[in-house]
Amino acid sequence: MIFLKLILTNLLRHRIRSLISIAGIAFSVAAMLTVVTVLQGAIGMFSGILSSDSQVIVFERNVSDLFFSNVPAAAVEEIAAWPTVAHADPVLFGIVSSADHPIITCFGVTAADARIRRAVWVAGDRHTFARNPDDVVLGERAAEFLSAKFDDHVPIGHGVFHVIGILRTANGFEDGGVFMPLAAAQSFFHKEGTSSVITIRLRSKDDAPAFKAMVKAKFANLIGLEDAEFTRSYSQFKILKATAWAVGGCGLLLGGLGVANTMIMSVFTRIREIAILRVNGFSNLQVAAMIFGESAVVSIVGALLGLGTGTCLLFALKLVPALHGYVDVTLRPSVMLIVILLALVTGITGALYPAAYAMRVRAVEALRFE
Amino acid sequence: MTLAPQNASEPRIVLSAQDVWKSYDDGAIAVLKGVDFAAVEGQTVALCGPSGCGKSTLLHLFGGLDAPDRGRVSVNGAEMTRKSNLVHLLRHEVGFVFQLHNLIPDLTLEENCLIPTVAAGIDRSSAQARLRELTGLTGLSHRLGHRIQKLSGGERQRTALCRALMNRPKILLADEPTGSLDEHTSGAVFDLLLNLAATEGITLVMATHDRGLAGRCDRLLEMHDGRIQEPVSL
Repeated sequence: MIFLKLILTNLLRHRIRSLISIAGIAFSVAAMLTVVTVLQGAIGMFSGILSSDSQVIVFERNVSDLFFSNVPAAAVEEIAAWPTVAHADPVLFGIVSSADHPIITCFGVTAADARIRRAVWVAGDRHTFARNPDDVVLGERAAEFLSAKFDDHVPIGHGVFHVIGILRTANGFEDGGVFMPLAAAQSFFHKEGTSSVITIRLRSKDDAPAFKAMVKAKFANLIGLEDAEFTRSYSQFKILKATAWAVGGCGLLLGGLGVANTMIMSVFTRIREIAILRVNGFSNLQVAAMIFGESAVVSIVGALLGLGTGTCLLFALKLVPALHGYVDVTLRPSVMLIVILLALVTGITGALYPAAYAMRVRAVEALRFE
Repeated sequence: MTLAPQNASEPRIVLSAQDVWKSYDDGAIAVLKGVDFAAVEGQTVALCGPSGCGKSTLLHLFGGLDAPDRGRVSVNGAEMTRKSNLVHLLRHEVGFVFQLHNLIPDLTLEENCLIPTVAAGIDRSSAQARLRELTGLTGLSHRLGHRIQKLSGGERQRTALCRALMNRPKILLADEPTGSLDEHTSGAVFDLLLNLAATEGITLVMATHDRGLAGRCDRLLEMHDGRIQEPVSL
């Protein structure tokens, strides 16, 4: 109890300094939580597009981005005929632009595609999809920012398209996207006879390993991956995740430097007190534990405040109309735990030098000269 | 001074120094120049001498806060070396009282006194019992919950005395313990110091300028120019 009081006393003695240090950790944690959650949410949404009503994704081997993947129509036909496959949906991804929106994701799909079948049709009839090559269906948010209504004609890229439906989906990317008939999309993007991926629904999930092996055996330039496998291994996701943690880590590093500064000042300003403790039997380890305890309190309080701030920030981002659907505010316990642990490790690391300095304090000198 | 071998009938030597030298600034300031000293169990010894004669330095060497350049310091028969367990020494063998009380101002009297017991890992109930006993003897029982800033100079020094005795050390080293107190308070604190030393059977070694108080100790040693002179006859 007294040991804890020795820790808290010093923090309370220099309240402003302690608060600044706690704020440093809190902002770092909030930044890390926000960046990681937003990017992981984006990754989740993108993988959600691919895994819509499917278990396996087939795409061109060794491509850096799915936009560059080319899967021939012949492969789609052959795979769709395999007995283990319930249905195979070819999807062509493309980027289109309109006057005010330079980037709109475009999905070239068939009428049988799960995205068309399972979405809520706010306007239009799904049975009319792909009857004409200039027909498009807009995601609800895309319709909003394109100011397009059902039956309107909208300029997209170098063409003008007829809006035959508006979809509502839970996925931000799909909600802000344009759905074209596959053939029209192939023509639009000059990718006749190919799709970017095939999303596969198997009759039994247990057939996945055999299915992947068959893809490998039959098509040397294609690869089949289960959804979770794809999310783990796709290099773009890896880069995004690494970037998120790196940006968050830099924030935390700055917070850690703040803690280090606070702890150094804390040790320097109470050398005499440390000397008194040593004269009264405190060991090196007990002195170090006191310094580490102090930084741990700063880190934990900072981390908790940061989690609160980060959560509020995420909910605020979700309310921004322009980001509607793009920000997933689902807080993952694993991310929260990692962020708290990182804050703690940062705080402890920041206290390493101050603790080592405190351990070297010679009581006789501190008491003689101060 | 040579330490003769002890036999069962002689009081046990608990603190000794043999030809102890100590200097600072790479030998530029020689403080102790071959000090010989011995104190037996329960003895009270006063070290007198002018400022800078090495009284405090000698006390620091006895308490393991510093190491001699040359010579031997022994506590309870064990020679202190760089490998000695100084933490054990400070927790259980030696207590310190300084001229400035050296209490932690943000803590209460009770918390300050309990610091040595926290360091030594003594259980709470034993520590509390010892605290009640010592604060009863020093007349501080009613001040337990008070912060140090609220205490008078005499009370602070009595608190420092309680803290030094919490873990029942066998040796109490007091460096000008009454140096910052007025004459009346100084006498009262000194009385308490001698009484507690007698009650607890502690060997007290005290550095002081006050020859009147020093004369009340069992022995008065004069220090001059880094050496202990022949004992002054009382």
